[in-house]
Amino acid sequence: MIPAVTILLVCQLIGETLARGLALPVPGPVLGMALLLAGCLAVPRIAQIVMPTAQGILAHLSLLFVPAGVGVISHLDILGGSGPALFVVLLASTALALVAGVLTFVGVAWLIGNKSDTAQSEPRP
Amino acid sequence: MTPVDLPDIWSYLSREPLLWLTATLAAYLVGDQLSQRAGRNPLVNPVLVAMLLLGGLLWVTGTPYSTYFEGAQFVHFMLGPATVALAIPLYANRAQIKSALLPMIAALVVGSVTAIVSALWIAQALGIDGAVWLSLAPKSTTAPVAIGIAEQLGGLPTLTAALVILTGIIGAVIVTPLMRLMRIRDWRARGFAVGVAAHGIGTARAFQVNQSAGAFAGIGMGLNALLTALIAPYIVSLFLY
Repeated sequence: MIPAVTILLVCQLIGETLARGLALPVPGPVLGMALLLAGCLAVPRIAQIVMPTAQGILAHLSLLFVPAGVGVISHLDILGGSGPALFVVLLASTALALVAGVLTFVGVAWLIGNKSDTAQSEPRP
Repeated sequence: MTPVDLPDIWSYLSREPLLWLTATLAAYLVGDQLSQRAGRNPLVNPVLVAMLLLGGLLWVTGTPYSTYFEGAQFVHFMLGPATVALAIPLYANRAQIKSALLPMIAALVVGSVTAIVSALWIAQALGIDGAVWLSLAPKSTTAPVAIGIAEQLGGLPTLTAALVILTGIIGAVIVTPLMRLMRIRDWRARGFAVGVAAHGIGTARAFQVNQSAGAFAGIGMGLNALLTALIAPYIVSLFLY
């Protein structure tokens, strides 16, 4: 586990340094993700080392958003008088973006004859 | 032996990170348990349950958010390494991802532009303007990028952070019913769309439902952070002139 965490942190550190040093519009951790992917492609052993820890963290990805979520609950007043209107905007816009994105994906995949091999398993209701 | 003084214990606990770190994990476990019992019903979102529980607890105990965050920051810090860790599902699903490059690029552009334009347009129609209106533009991207974009546009960073979190929760709650309504069975498409529209919280939901969906959500989130940073200022300027 310690080697895995070290690899994750080193990638993030390099990512943050690059993002700030070169003033890139991408956050450091996203660059770190690209870096780790490149690392795994170059040396598959890295993926083996990081895999169990990464899966453990990602299985509980939701947990990591709780502190920021509590911040929103505690500062609901910053939405001000436009709170309800903002909620309508977020709801409608997120639904539209989901529909537009998924239909485009499915449509283009169909056009180029690209089939998903995961499509069969519709989950529990 | 001196009697133990309850206020003394409280003043110790409320100063140390231990209490709120523990409370954060416990609240999440409660949320996750409820979510599992509800058969991962999207309405019982673990983040939503945990934040309501903790928000109520802070309110009842009169604890300021800054005190809470002293403890919760250790959990919050893990967001960075977790983002890096998204490389692992990308790597594991690389063959599938390579074969779906074209649908991904198309869905990224359409999803990202729709997220920005529809937010700005609907807000304008509802009479929202000024700095609040500008803060809506990057709402679908991951928080650190969204805050950077909002600052650049003249929006309000704190409001942006709140809008980003709310967008993530809304996306995570509505994605499953919406996709079922549309009869979309392609996990790649479902995951990718929720990553683009609802960043990390949407990605967390995708991982709950399907590993493939999670992997595609992770790429959707990463690519949309980049694209929104590039196009949001341009789209905003189109609205203004």
